[in-house]
Amino acid sequence: MSDTEPLQLRYLAHARSGDKGDTANVGLIALEPDYYPILLAEVTTERVTEHFRGMVNGVERFELPNLHALNFLLHGALDGGGTVSLKTDAQGKVYSTALLRLEIPVPATLARRLGAAAAP
Amino acid sequence: MTEPRVVRVAAGQGFWGDWLEAPFRQVTDGPIDYLMMDYLAEVTMSIMQKQKSRDPRLGYARDFPQVMERILPAIAEKGIRVTSNAGGVNPRGCAEAVLEAARRLGLAGRIRVGLVTGDDILDRLDDLLARGHELRDMDTGRPLTEIRDRILSANAYIGMEAIVRALAEGADVVVTGRVTDTGLTLGPLVHEFGWRADDYDRIAAGTVAGHIIECGAQCSGGNLLRNWRSVRGLENPGFPIVEVAADGAFTVTKHPGTGGVVSVPSVSEQLVYEMGDPRSYITPDGVADFTTIALAQEGRDRVRVSGVRGAPRTGMLKVSIAYFYGYKAVGTLVYAWPDAFEKAREADRILRARLAALGLEFEQILTEYVGANATHGALAGPPNPEAPEIQLRVGVRAREKAPVERFTREIAPLVLTGPPSVTGFAGGRPQVEEIVAYWPALVDRREIEPHVRVEILAA
Repeated sequence: MSDTEPLQLRYLAHARSGDKGDTANVGLIALEPDYYPILLAEVTTERVTEHFRGMVNGVERFELPNLHALNFLLHGALDGGGTVSLKTDAQGKVYSTALLRLEIPVPATLARRLGAAAAP
Repeated sequence: MTEPRVVRVAAGQGFWGDWLEAPFRQVTDGPIDYLMMDYLAEVTMSIMQKQKSRDPRLGYARDFPQVMERILPAIAEKGIRVTSNAGGVNPRGCAEAVLEAARRLGLAGRIRVGLVTGDDILDRLDDLLARGHELRDMDTGRPLTEIRDRILSANAYIGMEAIVRALAEGADVVVTGRVTDTGLTLGPLVHEFGWRADDYDRIAAGTVAGHIIECGAQCSGGNLLRNWRSVRGLENPGFPIVEVAADGAFTVTKHPGTGGVVSVPSVSEQLVYEMGDPRSYITPDGVADFTTIALAQEGRDRVRVSGVRGAPRTGMLKVSIAYFYGYKAVGTLVYAWPDAFEKAREADRILRARLAALGLEFEQILTEYVGANATHGALAGPPNPEAPEIQLRVGVRAREKAPVERFTREIAPLVLTGPPSVTGFAGGRPQVEEIVAYWPALVDRREIEPHVRVEILAA
């Protein structure tokens, strides 16, 4: 087992989210092409399901290697969605940054470099 | 050697309510051939239907004739043509308003408006149901008969073909109802290049071009998360333009001197917006495979898009049905430091106890604490006990109006009968809103396409 440390996705990816009915989608795009294999291996459907436990009732993942991106469908994320939902974020516009809170294990050297670069 | 011919399609509006200066800037700040303006979202048709039921002359995006009045002289002079789905549920009324604007400007005889109708199937629903088209909710599988008596509008999403016909017949401005967002861009390209409907890759490329610009500046620096601080000049955002070649490859750019940025990250964020399965982005015109898209920065504010592959269109069209659902209201109060979150939570407890004691029945009561967890829920972690203020935001929904109406009278009393340090109630009672809900369905395209009509109207 190589030496890894947890790192928040905000240091590895950017994202945009939107809605289709009661489903939110989050497109997660690697900040550097080198980070895409890490996202592919570590931002699993299981991990995203666990991250959004209690907020969504099903997660699907799709791969876009050409854009160094993953697309997640978060089903049941919008409390009815559209005009029915009472949520502030009824159209899922900021599920994007909610996913960027997720911590994944990355090589310790990378975690220290990116974490330190971002430190105040 | 001559430069390969390109057709420039510019985006002027990304939704009904977008920046009103954008269409004017697009036609005056540099060369374009077409201006596309997307006005329709899932819920927009139902809002328009509601307006039309009050006044049969309404039911379209009223911004559009005003925008056109401002840009008609420039587009007439430069030969720019316009495509828009601003017609909503009354495309004829919208087209006539554009013609009136042309007459007022002294452009009578110089502007031809192409009117596309046939997407509206509200009057055909019973016939379709009787002949076995179930129009079940695509997401839940429920049959349409459950909501039949509450339906307000029903429109099929139609593709680019009617726009191509209108352009071929000489329309300067094409006004449609529920034509897809992407069809507004693809139509001009098919008209210009003569792409065949079975030229799947080019149809897909034009669809991707349409998807990239359909949300206006959201692909050119607006709402861009990556390095957001580095995006400059958004006080004058450059709306996007695609420069498309006959082979379907294109460049996304914006006029020189405008703000924002067109970069691989800015285009990537828009590509993944509202995406489902990236291998099959389905429109009435074909199926695009987003995993085949190649992006490259070819210059400042210029992103090259190539390699797009497509597949044949399906036999079905999506239908957007709006129906009356019930009522909702949202009330808010702001609690100040110290203990802002605790005070807000106590106010919520008191409010809920009073609603229960009144015997009011709601389908849902949702409490959010703005400043603590409204956007990210439990992921935001425990509330900060030193937060300078927290907004209590309580929403309720019911099928009947009475409980929602009573809820709106239970917010203000908390100011003098609840926890201290409360403010932010100057806006008065919350409004009761009617909920018009969305019902997505599929229908055989052969039921729709023979009804699509194109007319050319002259000022």
